[in-house]
This record gives sequence, structure tokens and C-alpha cells, in this order.
Amino acid sequence: MYKYILRRLIQMIPVLLGATFIIFVMVYALPGDPTIGLCGERPCPAAFVAEFRDKHGLNDPFLVRYFTYMGNLLHGDLGTNFRDLAVVDELKLRYPTTAKLAGMAIVFETVIGIIAGVLAGIRKGRFIDNLVLVSTLFVISIPIFVIGVTLQYYFGLKYPIFPATVGSDVTYYKLLLPAFVLGSASIAYVARLTRTNLVENLRADYLRTATAKGLTRRRTLSVHALRNSLIPVVTFIGADFGGLLGGAIVTERIFNIQGVGGFLFTGIRNRDPVSVVGTVTVLVLVFLIANLLVDLLYGVLDPRISHD
Amino acid sequence: MTEASTIAVSAEAGQPVGGQADEGRSLASDAWRQLKGNPIFWVSVSLITLFVVMALVPQLFTNVDPGAAVLKEARAEPGADAWFGRDIQGYDIYSRTVYGARASILVGVFSTLATVVIGLVMGVLAGYYGGFLDTLVSRVTDIFFAIPLLLGGILFMSTFPNDQNTPYLVVVGKVVLVLSVFGWPSIARLMRSSVLQVKPNDYVQAARALGASPWRIIRSHVMPNALAPVIVVSTINLGVFITAEATLSFLGIGLTPPAVSWGVAISDALVAVRTYPHILLFPSLFLSLAVLAFIMLGDAVRDAFDPKSR
Amino acid sequence: MTTTDTGTRRGKAAAGSEYHAKDGLLLEVEDLYVEFHTADGIARAINGVNFDLYEGQTLAILGESGSGKSVTAQAIMGILDVPPAVIPKGQIRYCGEDLLTMQAEKRRKTRGPEISMVFQDALSSLNPVFPVGWQIAEMFRVHRGMNRSDSLERAIKLMQRVQIPGAKERVKAYPHQFSGGMRQRIMIAMAIALDPAVLIADEPTTALDVTVQAQIMALLQELQEERQMGLILITHDLGVVADVADKIAVMYAGRIVERADVYDLYRQPAHPYTKGLLESIPRLDQKGQQLAAIGGLPPNLMRIPEGCAFNPRCKYAQDVCREDRPALRLVAPGRESACHFAEEVLNG
Repeated sequence: MYKYILRRLIQMIPVLLGATFIIFVMVYALPGDPTIGLCGERPCPAAFVAEFRDKHGLNDPFLVRYFTYMGNLLHGDLGTNFRDLAVVDELKLRYPTTAKLAGMAIVFETVIGIIAGVLAGIRKGRFIDNLVLVSTLFVISIPIFVIGVTLQYYFGLKYPIFPATVGSDVTYYKLLLPAFVLGSASIAYVARLTRTNLVENLRADYLRTATAKGLTRRRTLSVHALRNSLIPVVTFIGADFGGLLGGAIVTERIFNIQGVGGFLFTGIRNRDPVSVVGTVTVLVLVFLIANLLVDLLYGVLDPRISHD
Repeated sequence: MTEASTIAVSAEAGQPVGGQADEGRSLASDAWRQLKGNPIFWVSVSLITLFVVMALVPQLFTNVDPGAAVLKEARAEPGADAWFGRDIQGYDIYSRTVYGARASILVGVFSTLATVVIGLVMGVLAGYYGGFLDTLVSRVTDIFFAIPLLLGGILFMSTFPNDQNTPYLVVVGKVVLVLSVFGWPSIARLMRSSVLQVKPNDYVQAARALGASPWRIIRSHVMPNALAPVIVVSTINLGVFITAEATLSFLGIGLTPPAVSWGVAISDALVAVRTYPHILLFPSLFLSLAVLAFIMLGDAVRDAFDPKSR
Repeated sequence: MTTTDTGTRRGKAAAGSEYHAKDGLLLEVEDLYVEFHTADGIARAINGVNFDLYEGQTLAILGESGSGKSVTAQAIMGILDVPPAVIPKGQIRYCGEDLLTMQAEKRRKTRGPEISMVFQDALSSLNPVFPVGWQIAEMFRVHRGMNRSDSLERAIKLMQRVQIPGAKERVKAYPHQFSGGMRQRIMIAMAIALDPAVLIADEPTTALDVTVQAQIMALLQELQEERQMGLILITHDLGVVADVADKIAVMYAGRIVERADVYDLYRQPAHPYTKGLLESIPRLDQKGQQLAAIGGLPPNLMRIPEGCAFNPRCKYAQDVCREDRPALRLVAPGRESACHFAEEVLNG
């Protein structure tokens, strides 16, 4: 097990290097003057530009800059942006909000998704099954920003049950609606996946055995069928983490949440490559670790998978 | 991340279906018979045809120039003059919604084609040749898989932003490029596992021993097996790409005015959503219907190829 | 052993049971019909089956696939999927009480403590994600309300009883970590856990190697004698049951076509179908001769032939066989056959 974790961590290194390199290329390969806009409407004085470029190492060859950056990353230094703010500090300030948002979204997708999927699966072909199938199909089809804006309009403005925007004072209550929006598509996927697996497992031989053992239908379903049906669902939730991170950018923008996604978007808007690279690197790292955790969890849930 | 080898965009569609390659033909004809009887298939095909025609010849649906603004009638409610009403700049929403199909369909179709081509090549390289090449390709796949589609899109589009003078096709091309670059890993993983599944079979070994070329083996033994899951995943991906384009446009960095697109229209409508929800409604509706059509098509194809679901 | 019981089972070990087998009669299946309602039509899987099962008796039900032997077992066990299965007619009485009309909760409680079943494919019949000990112990937890550690103790004892080496260490292992024979032993341990009066074994050895087959059959026989269970052995393989069974019922197209004591039936079959089955077994003393096989195919259960269902494949068939369905009747002492020409078959 430890060997496996170690091997996976080592495998992660080239992936992380590659991914950050791509990010680095995409952000820094662009021609253009990063000092544009720093001195108001006019171009900056030549002396300022020279000093600026020197300070941020913009005169170094590309690869040198990349490796310097990666070296700093090892010490937990994500660089200082052009406004002299350390990206690490900015992220530290904002990640609790996004973590709460994403965490709540995952809770939503797990709880609502699995309940809906189970209800549909055990009543296959009945009304509730069709209801779940059709409604999830619609939720999957409607882009997250349309769902976000619409729900914000109805439940934040027209019938103000929830606060329409979150702002700087973040509470769990304020995050309820945004987290639901962020998790909406995943709720639908989880529900469909749970249903599919449950329907399949309900036909399995070991379920017939469970009945022959004289177990109650409730126990047959909740212990024997569900346990097996949830294994792929766990994998999905992990793989979906990337989508959630992307969605957080949209959701945080709609609901004015000062999280990592909002920070990233501001960084893009302000042409702030240091912030952008730092944030995306961290997000990719989080994504990779989430995937590793899911694979480990998979091994725990399904004894047939061996990690030796 | 080799263990989780077939995590696709929709995990439901990730499992390869079908058994042996020689069952390919009968499986396909069985699937077709099943598809023909499925109303969902016909609904999705009709919708897709409608949107494709709309993208090719929008003039069939409207005579109104999508660029003709009638400022004094801005925000008009739906009526006889403008069926869907007018947006904040006085554009005819119906006309702009019809013309907006082109961007979504172009982005969806070309991104899908590109991801399928890249994914097929990479997956076959990794699966068929194995060894060092497999390790290399799989690692590269992992690297691109590690960057979520939307994140990659945002980065790329913010680095190469559009302006007023960027030609339409360049704008669309950029979106297609970035979605293809970050969208192919799911297809590659699917292809690789399909190849690995088929390769050890005796008839493939026999064909190799008889000197069949790799290309021939792949075409006649691997493809029939892999085709169904690839079709399923890529139709569903098509919907995902359309959504991604709209999301980028919504964030103001995908397609940008004067390009006409559903995403742009939705983004523009947001400022007025409180007072004039109809401006948001129609482009959102068309966008969702298009995505829905492709997802339903993917579902129908999967059901047809997966005997277990019958 | 946990609850060692010798002598008549119902008297002693089943003191807690509310069921009492009168004169040792455990199970009466009477005029049972089972249909499957599918999109393509109605498949008549069982068409009037009758038999009794006594304490300490081993009844083998023999037939090809589609003969209705497994469906019979599932109907007794109450694990048919309803729908598509429908039981339009018949009774299955356990200790005098009809299982089919019994209240669902009461019937559930008979599964395990009273009637129990061993399935063909132990790998797919055991839940892959729970340890085998846990799965055996579940019987005690659900039916006896035992706690975790006590029930696990009992599971280990049962695993020892079915001769699984290193039971103590392997109680936490998962089904896929055992060999096929060991898995089947685990299934058996689970089935006998609550000391049932009736044990149904549905093709218990089909998926196993020949040497392992014999071991499993020996184990089943041993347990049956030890506990005086009524054992129903479902099989398509005459050889497997020959040494173990007391009585054999041969099924064809959802009916019992012949019933006899096992040695009588072997020595002298009274139905053409049984005769054909016996002739199709390779024998050492007939080396070099052509092996006889029954011509034709088993009938489609949606279109069972008029008259005797076997008539299209039968070399004895006359017009009467195509018109009149023969009932199961006594053709000699202890010999029952559903054939118009049973006497000729028996003597010829």
C-alpha cells in the first residue's frame, strides 16, 4: 500500500512538471508588454520598464524562468505578482472560501445525487425513475452559468430566500445557493450513475443470494446492492473534481464570491500572469491529489483492486 | 494515473461495450435495429439536423440581419415584429439566436473531430506498440488530463485574446484549438484500453503472425470494438464542447462581439436579466436544446450497443 | 460443532422453530405451475409438478437446461423475480403451511433457518466486496440478533466444519481470494449456518473440477446425514448424484416424467427420455461403440408440443403420444413414469 502511494506520488511529478510547463508556456509565451496599464494611460518610462523587467526576471531565457519558478515552488513560493503581492498569501486568504464552496457542492452531489439515483434504480421504469432520468438530462444540458443566473434571479432577487451575492463576509448559509449551482450538473451525473449501477447490481447473483439468506429487502438493498453500486460513483466524484474547479470560476463570478476562482478570473482580466500561473498550478496539484485519493479509496471500497 | 484508465467526460459512458471483433458487424446491425425503434434517437437526430441546417443556411429561418440594431426598440418584448423580442442593443433576438447556432455547431463539430483524431492516434500508439511508447504517450495523456478543460480554455483564450478586428474563423479556430488540445485525453484513454482488450485475443495474434500490417489489424479488429464507446463519448463530448465555448464567451474571453453566438448573447443579456428575462431565455433555450440533443444521441447509441441495458 | 443434532432433527435442534414436520414430511410441492411473461410471449417453465421431501431424504432433480429444475428450486426458495415470473397455480407446503400464500415477512424468516440454498456459481453468488466470514456471520446477525464477534466466532466454526484450511486466518478474506472449491464450501457453510431443515443445492458442482466435484458432493452428503436435512439436488449430470441421492425425479419441459429410487432408475429406466439420457453416458464396457445421443432439441417453452412434450424426439412415439398427454403413473412398485409405453420401455 505505502509502496503504491509512493509510486503514485513519484508518477505525479512528471505530470505536474508537464502540466505546469504547459501553463507556463501558455501564459508567458505571449508577446506583449506586461507594464501596459501600470502607469495609467501613458506608456511607462523606459527606466521603469527596465527595472520592472529586471525585478521580475523577464529578461531571463524562458527555460531559466521556468526552472527558477519550479525551484521556488518547492519552497512553497508561488511568486510575487506585478503589484508586489505574494500569490501564496492571496491564495491563503481565499482558498477557505472556495474549499467551503466546493465541499458543499460535493456534499450536495453525493447526498442528493445518490438518493435520487437509488429512488430511480429501485423503481426502475416507474414514474420516479422517468422523472429522475428526464430532469437530470435537462440539468446536464443547461450550462452552469444559465442555471446560476436563473436561480440567482428567482431565489435571490424575485423571491429572496437566499442572498443573491456572497461578498466578503462569507457564511455557509450564503454559500448554499452557489454550492447547489456549482454541484448541479454533478448531482445529475451522480444520480444517473448510481441508478445505472444499482439496476445492474440488482440483477447480480449475489443479490439473489442475499434474498435467499432471508435478509430484509431493505438490508439487501442498502447493504448488498448499494455498497457495490457506489464504487464507480466515488470514482466519478473524484474525476469530476476538475470540472468543479472550472465551474467554481463561473460560480464565483456570478455570485461575487471572493474565492480562488474569482482571484484567477481577476488575474486573467488584469493580465497578471504570476497570479494566473500560481493559481492554476495549485488547482492542478489539488486535482492530482484528489485523483490519487480517489484511487486509494477505490482500493478500500473494492477489495478486488489490489494496490500491492 | 493508469489505474483509472477510462474516466471519460461521462463516467457512465466509459465502459467499452461489445465483445469480440468478429461480432462487430452483427453487433452494429443489432444496434442499428435497436436505434431505429428508439424515439429518443429520432428526436435527437431531428434536433441536430435542425441546428446543423441553421448553422449552414441561417437565411432559411430568418430574413432579418442579425447585425441590424433598432436602438429605439431595444429590450422590446416578444411580438409580431421581432418574434423573440429585441436585446439591449436593439438586435432582433430571433435572428441572432438563429445565426448564433453557427458558432456552437462549428466549435462542437470541429473540436470533436480533432479530439477523435488525436485521441485515436495516441490511444492506438500507446495500446498497440506498448513498452516505452506506451509509457510516454500515457504520461503525456495524463499531463493534458491534469488540466481541466475550462481552466485550459481560460488560460489560452486570455493569452491570445480577440479584438474587434479578429476574423470570425480565427476566433472560432482558436476556441476549437484549445478545446481539442485539452479534450483529447478521454478518447485516447478509451482507445488505449480498447486496443489492450483486443490485442491478446488469438485471432489478433494469428493475424499478426500471418503478417497483417498494424494498420490492417487496427482497422479490422480493434476499430469495430472501440467504435461504439468512442461514438458515445464523443457525441456527449460534443455537447460538452458547445457548453465550454458558451462558458468561455460568458466569461468574455471565448467568442467576442461582433461575433454572434449563444454564449455572447447570454453574456450580454445578464445585465438586463432582472427586468428583461426574455433576452436571456431564448439563447439559453437554444443552447441547452443543442447540448441536450447530443447527449440524448450519445445515450441512445450507448443503449443500442449495450445489451445489458435492454 | 455448534448445534450438533443427531436423530430426528425437528425434535431436538429445531426446538426454537415454530414449524414441526409431521411424520418427517418437510416439503410438499403440489400441482405447481410457473410461467414467465415476456415481451415475446408466455414461457411455461413448470407445468404441474408434484413431489414430497422427507427428513433425511435426498431427492435429485435431473434435467437439461430449460427443463424447469432450477425454476422449481427458485420457486420453493421464493427467489423468482416476480414479474416476469408468475405462479398461476399450485402449493408449496413447508411443514403443512403453504409458502406461496404465506405473509411475506413470515416467509422471509423461513429463508435460512428453515429452507436454504446453495447456488451453482459461488464466485458470482457471493458478494465480492465483503469478507466471507462477514457474509456467513450475517446469517446469525440477521436471524439470531447476534453481535459482531459472536457471529464471527460461529462463522469460523462453520468454515472449519466445511473443511476450509486455516479458517481462523481466512475469515477476513474476500471471495476472489479463494479457489472455486473453497468458495463452494463457503456457500455451503452459509447455507447450513442456521441448521435448516431443507437444503436445496442448485448444480452445486457444475462449475468445478471433477476431483473437487466429488469432494463437494461428499461434504453435502456428510452434512445431510449428520443433520438429517431434506436435501434437494438439482443437476443435469446423472453421474454426480448416483451415489448420493435416494430418489430421482427426471424433469422434461416443466414436468416430472419419471420418478424412482436411484438404483432402480439406473438399472432399468421407465421413460424413453431417461433411457436416452443413460445411453448417452460413455461407459467403459461399451468401448468402441457409437455413443447414443437423444436426437432433436428440447422444446421451446413458449410452444410446448401437444400431447407428450417429448414425442418429437421419442422413438416409441405413436399417434396417441401426439394427442394425449400422459400423466405420471405407477408402472411398477416404486416406479412412476409419464409415458404411454412405460411398460415397454421398462421391459425392453
